[in-house]
Amino acid sequence: MSVDQSKIRNFCIIAHIDHGKSTLADRIIESTGTLTSREMQAQVLDNMDLERERGITIKSQAVRIIYRAKDGEEYIFNLIDTPGHVDFNYEVSRSLAACDGAILVVDAAQGVEAQTLANVYLALDHDLDVMPVINKVDLPSAQPDEVVKEIEDVIGIEAEDAPRISAKTGLNIDQVLEQIVEKIPAPGGDPGAPLQALIFDALYDSYKGVIVFCRIKEGTVRVGDPVKMMATGAQSEVTEVGYFGAGQFIPCDELSAGMVGYLCASIKNVRDTRVGDTVTNAKHPCAEPLPGYKKVNPMVYCGMYPADSAKYPDLRDALEKLQINDASLQYEPETSLALGFGFRCGFLGLLHLEIIQERLEREFNLDLVTTAPGVIYKVHKTNGEVIDLTNPSNLPDPSEIDYMEEPVVAAEIMVTSDYVGAIMTLCQERRGVYISMEYLEETRALIKYDLPLNEIIYDFFDALKSRSRGYASFDYELKGYVRSELVKLDILINKEQVDALSFIVFKDSAYERGRKMCEKLKGEIPRHLFEIPIQAAVGGKVIARETVKALRKDVLAKCYGGDISRKKKLLEKQKEGKKRMRQIGNVEIPQEAFMSVLKLDED
Amino acid sequence: MAKKELELYIHIPFCMKKCNYCDFLSFTADEDTQRRYIEALNREIAFYGKHCKDYVLSTVYIGGGTPSWLGEEEIAAVMETVYAAFSVKEDAEVSLECNPGTVTARKLSVYRQSGINRLSIGLQSTDNRELKMLGRVHTFEQFLKTYELAREAGFANINVDLMNSLPGQTTDSFLATLQKVCRLRPEHVSAYSLIIEKGTPFYDLYKFDAVKQAAGMQTDALPTEEEVCAMTKMTERVLAEHGYVHYEVSNFALPGYACRHNIGYWKRAEYLGVGLGAASLLSNIRYTNTGELYAYLEGSACLRPGLWENPKEDGQTEELPAVNLHVSVERIDRRGQMEEFMFLGLRMMDGISRQEFEECFGVPIEAVYQETMAHLQEEGLLIKRAGRIYLSERGQEVSNYALAQFLS
Repeated sequence: MSVDQSKIRNFCIIAHIDHGKSTLADRIIESTGTLTSREMQAQVLDNMDLERERGITIKSQAVRIIYRAKDGEEYIFNLIDTPGHVDFNYEVSRSLAACDGAILVVDAAQGVEAQTLANVYLALDHDLDVMPVINKVDLPSAQPDEVVKEIEDVIGIEAEDAPRISAKTGLNIDQVLEQIVEKIPAPGGDPGAPLQALIFDALYDSYKGVIVFCRIKEGTVRVGDPVKMMATGAQSEVTEVGYFGAGQFIPCDELSAGMVGYLCASIKNVRDTRVGDTVTNAKHPCAEPLPGYKKVNPMVYCGMYPADSAKYPDLRDALEKLQINDASLQYEPETSLALGFGFRCGFLGLLHLEIIQERLEREFNLDLVTTAPGVIYKVHKTNGEVIDLTNPSNLPDPSEIDYMEEPVVAAEIMVTSDYVGAIMTLCQERRGVYISMEYLEETRALIKYDLPLNEIIYDFFDALKSRSRGYASFDYELKGYVRSELVKLDILINKEQVDALSFIVFKDSAYERGRKMCEKLKGEIPRHLFEIPIQAAVGGKVIARETVKALRKDVLAKCYGGDISRKKKLLEKQKEGKKRMRQIGNVEIPQEAFMSVLKLDED
Repeated sequence: MAKKELELYIHIPFCMKKCNYCDFLSFTADEDTQRRYIEALNREIAFYGKHCKDYVLSTVYIGGGTPSWLGEEEIAAVMETVYAAFSVKEDAEVSLECNPGTVTARKLSVYRQSGINRLSIGLQSTDNRELKMLGRVHTFEQFLKTYELAREAGFANINVDLMNSLPGQTTDSFLATLQKVCRLRPEHVSAYSLIIEKGTPFYDLYKFDAVKQAAGMQTDALPTEEEVCAMTKMTERVLAEHGYVHYEVSNFALPGYACRHNIGYWKRAEYLGVGLGAASLLSNIRYTNTGELYAYLEGSACLRPGLWENPKEDGQTEELPAVNLHVSVERIDRRGQMEEFMFLGLRMMDGISRQEFEECFGVPIEAVYQETMAHLQEEGLLIKRAGRIYLSERGQEVSNYALAQFLS
């Protein structure tokens, strides 16, 4: 089977969160008859429960659609859905690299947002042709004309003939389909050249092994071909190739230059398949890999421990399985005095962390204790050694430390002029360094700040939304490391230091955070028979203290014949509650307490 | 062969009006329902009489609800059925619960004639404002009248129920209640701390306060945990000064007047419960009657023994003897018996006897609970002395924690 390259369109949809990316994808799939609407569950491409619940795309997805255009020809559309969150920028960039064009969805009421800009720049970086679409024109607050002007002014791309659609109702979706044929370029590449295929995602299937999602840039791949992953060096034989129906894999004979599909090659070890790597033919390899591959590095770390220490092997297996689908997840074993055996895990960001945590709990039925997330600090020791610190417990003795550095991000915040003051105050509070501010139009400004990463990983996004009443949007990228005055804040419960509660904090914030932490823990730790002091200390010096009062009275006043079973159950329940706690010295600490640091800025 | 002793509990689920804190199985009912209920009760008592020929009743307890709200003839009829169906020990303790304002001289005299020798009067407080707030249907003055009539009728064993830790109650007002009651010198006093139970009007009013109280925080209407402690201590002190012996968490008696029926529950005596929702413990099987009035009335019309199938852990089922009124039948295994022995026995101030444990289970208590007991002793909650094991003063304050340690 040979496919005419000129009849293929490989594209993705980019948008700011909530501007309707997944809904438009659904409409495109539906209106080309790939699925009947009865078969269609809303938002086909977001197929993890979690994605649908949160309304975001976490994993890249792809679908192949046959479209009969008005010129009478049949076209193959390969739609690649990209993750929609700043945590997943690298995955987004690889998905974009698999496309030839991008549909830019802009909300007719909201207009251009920070992520809209970030995504467009990313698409232009990959030489994609960007085709704007104005969505949600059915909203009463829609201002399509203004938005068209904004796209042209702010982004600088032609938008006059952008389809004005409602992905929700299906209005003008036909215009979008026609424009895909007209405006998105057909792929190039020589089917006869040595194989060069870009991996943009991979997932693990218990029957087929690792399934590699790829875009064939050059050459052809068939069942039986020996293939090689150029970055990892892994080699194996192709057992199946195919393309993506909606929600299913459809095998075919071969994939050739310009096509998007999948291949299985009985790859046992998922770590051999890295997003961004190039697949080539082991016998006739291409001269060099495709550009842009990099090993993604986690930005945020935390400790994950099974609540029941007997589940340690289960947690290890679960992390291994998740890593198959998510190469950016990193983990290595660690032990904590307080929590026993667990893993120090690295994530792209806090959302990524939350998602992994939820997946471990839902898909693998694990009960987890997670320690406060932190960033990677660089510790310069007096002997000249530099260490990457991911676990606060490993901080060397202060006498061995020359100085420390912390990661800083370049943040771009777009906000309506009413909230500029509030947002700048927020950035100042978070130790931000002002870079610039420009008004994109009269009422909207783009503010740039350099912010320490550890100031934004907990709750910055929430604070931003609440102080701007939801009007601010935010994007960031890692800028580098700067020297900073940092200290380790230790927590002592009943005079015993709890390693899993230590965290690194900016020196001037130590007192405030220590105080809040003690207050929070006071509310989390149940009363015991004795009084429990909770202390925050820096370098052995106590800077804050709270006390959990001793339990005074706990008595069932009545217990007679008819009541005995019920009263016994009551006592059993009371005892059962204790089993879910961690014993530190002679104090029982509930699992939630280890996440307390995350909630410091609530209330 | 000597007959085994058995305690009989008879439940009367009717009240003139439900109190604001009450979560017992009780409700108001018309006379016809009351009459049909007593008929059903009599059938149930007669039925068990036939099946319990090798037992002799050591105590009878008519509880509620408010048994005294019924007509005296009905109570007399129930007692008649009991005597006809069972052999009753000569010195049996026969108690009846009553509320002030629901009894007359005639009622009391009929009670005496029908064999009742102990009265338990629900007073709760001597402060009329507190009584009103609790939703009680009587005043302190009505209680005094009832008490006087009871003495006149010849009742020489009277219990008075009191409650502390009420919303708005102060240590002073509770002290006044204690002193007024001590002056009357009833043989027995039960002093409970109020518990805010789900499904009561008090729950809606005070649930947040109850949580705060349990957490040792400042409360709005309910006394704080500290104040509850103070009232408990005061109760113990004042009653001791008047010669009352503290013998169980909430129970006090002049020497020789501890309630034998209730002690039976804590010592795991065998007991038969009849009436709506009543529970029995027979041959280490715990039975519970239906709590649905109409199911009870219907079921008692065609009482029959049968077999109850309990699924066991190994997938087999175990067949236990039961009656068609039962809604739960549970065999208590050896471990469960030991647990009950401990957590019920330690509610009593003199605790449990090492020798009794060994006689009951054939192993020394240390073989089972050495570690638990050592731990509690170390925490200062448990005392072992002269063959007895009991909670310390601190252990009594946090008895739930201490008792829970004996459960698995």
